[in-house]
Amino acid sequence: MPDMRFVIPRQDINRENFASSAPDFNRRSEMMNTDRGFKCRITNIVRLTEHEKLFQLRIVDPLERAIFRFKPGQFLMLELPGYGDVPISISSSSTNHEFLELCIRKAGHVTSALFTVEEGAYVAIRGPFGSSFPMDEMAGHNILLIAGGLGIAPLRAPLFWINEHRDRFLDINLLYGVKEPSQLLFTWQFEEWEMINHIRLHTIVEHGDAEWRGKRGKTGMITNLFNDISVDVKKSYAIVCGPPIMFKFVCGYLDKLGIPMNRMFVSLERRMHCGMGKCCRCMVGSTFTCIDGPVFDYWSVMNLKEAI
Amino acid sequence: MIYKVISKGEFRRFVDALVKSNNSLGPRQVDTDSQGNPVYQFKPVQSVEEIAFDYTATTSSAKHLFLPFREELSRFSFHGDDWEQQINYEADPVVLVGLRPCDISALNILDDVLLNSHFPSPYYLAKRKNTFVIGMDHLPLPDCFCKSMNHHTVTIGFNLFCSDIGDNYYLSINSSKAFNFLKEFEIRDPSHDDNCLLVERRKLIQNSFQTEIDVTALPSILDIEFDSPVWEKWGQKCLNCGTCAMVCPSCYCYSLTESCETNRKGARREKSLYSCNLVDFAVVAGGHNFRPKNGDRLKYRYYHQHRGFAENGNQQICVGCNRCGRACLSGINPKDVINDLRMEKESCLICVSSSPARI
Repeated sequence: MPDMRFVIPRQDINRENFASSAPDFNRRSEMMNTDRGFKCRITNIVRLTEHEKLFQLRIVDPLERAIFRFKPGQFLMLELPGYGDVPISISSSSTNHEFLELCIRKAGHVTSALFTVEEGAYVAIRGPFGSSFPMDEMAGHNILLIAGGLGIAPLRAPLFWINEHRDRFLDINLLYGVKEPSQLLFTWQFEEWEMINHIRLHTIVEHGDAEWRGKRGKTGMITNLFNDISVDVKKSYAIVCGPPIMFKFVCGYLDKLGIPMNRMFVSLERRMHCGMGKCCRCMVGSTFTCIDGPVFDYWSVMNLKEAI
Repeated sequence: MIYKVISKGEFRRFVDALVKSNNSLGPRQVDTDSQGNPVYQFKPVQSVEEIAFDYTATTSSAKHLFLPFREELSRFSFHGDDWEQQINYEADPVVLVGLRPCDISALNILDDVLLNSHFPSPYYLAKRKNTFVIGMDHLPLPDCFCKSMNHHTVTIGFNLFCSDIGDNYYLSINSSKAFNFLKEFEIRDPSHDDNCLLVERRKLIQNSFQTEIDVTALPSILDIEFDSPVWEKWGQKCLNCGTCAMVCPSCYCYSLTESCETNRKGARREKSLYSCNLVDFAVVAGGHNFRPKNGDRLKYRYYHQHRGFAENGNQQICVGCNRCGRACLSGINPKDVINDLRMEKESCLICVSSSPARI
């Protein structure tokens, strides 16, 4: 029989007063409900290429929809119940509070399962997590956006922002390289923006085909596109996103041109399991990609070992 | 903090009352190793007789109470196309008896990482709040290097801490709960002699350390020696088994898995402890591995342990218990690796460079 004098009372942290009070030995702690996902309905699925689809999500609960705000460059954890969760960068406009758009490539276990999901299915999202592109700091400058392959997905949010606040920025150049012409994403939208908002689009592919010619029809590596543009190093910011090997060449080139390292931004990719700096799966050097990144300036990335 | 003195017999009666009334974990001898030395682990105990107060060190650390190897985070129940997510942050009160200062320090480090950071972990908080920690000091093992990491003493993170001063225990009481329990027993204020005995005891512990590691400026040395051949050398020995992270009291990396129940009416989201030495730790979708080599992964473990991460303000998270060194099947231990990195003569095996500094 337990002696009631010595039974330790149970503390229920689900009760708010316990959560906000200091624990037994005066240590600060707070509670956040970050493990609960916002339930979303998949309202539309657009097949972009053979391996990529654009998912449009709408948060079901109106209150949660009102709470969910993100900045260009941030990501969320998309969870397909029963399969797992994956970090996905948000590629819709940050001022669009009704819908979220995620550009997803079929690459692993969870994304393959997502590709079999149909419109109307419910998924969960957690977030938004991570750092964002400093759009206010960039205002009043030329912006050079450089994307390789699926790197265009995280760049779409800042592109939306630039289009919505076009008068705050000077020249905008979008350099976009992929392996084959069939892998180009969102080109219809970029052409529209080019006409309306004077965003100069330059595309290049590694291996062209018979139809790949004309003004856009360049073949080669993405660094070849630098011959087409003139960069005013004193007034430019650069945003680079793509495979790690691309960072080395592109950022190295921009560095030689003279763009200060703290004006070049890159978005890193790692396989995160929590998004909250707890699982350590996305560590780079002594930094977490999920809470200190995914957007880093090039100076920080240069100082992180093995980042690129 | 209140300081009291309790006789050893009375202390046993106190622990017995606590252990009999609550779920309790304490050090128990579970087996003997190949040399005949006892093997201790934290196991459930029902009475004070089962607790080995004079244990050396447990093979696994007490972190498994707070970070179980597998832990259910949430549960989904499916209704047609729709689903519902259920999350429970619950833990039962547990008494932890006989934690060593380095183990309590490790819990403090975990508190820093998991509670005092961007996204406090409610799962950990529930368990931490429901744990009653009784710490006890001890004489170090020959290979402990807690003193070098400054974790041979501890001032916070426990409810009650006992220092052995001969016939009595010198108690540091750090919670009202512990004080209320102790009111039922015979305790007295420490006398001048007791204080002297405590100082002597602390000096004895301090002077008993046989292993020391020079950790001065280690974070910057780790940065400078990032491409050092030392990592390749030790990496070739490493078996990638992840044992070091499993026994470590302050390692907390994990992996998430989701599984459907067989009746397909629900799904579980579970986390399991992971190790940065396992091959697929840094694999991303598409199969690219950011750390493909053994040495790279071993290096990252030392990076995390001795340089720290942004979450805990770049503080070292190693407490110096040397559980990883004892458990490692290929004989990798922090002392040798760090000394190698610092190019200390006695263990430096790579003196092949023509640079005079390396001879």
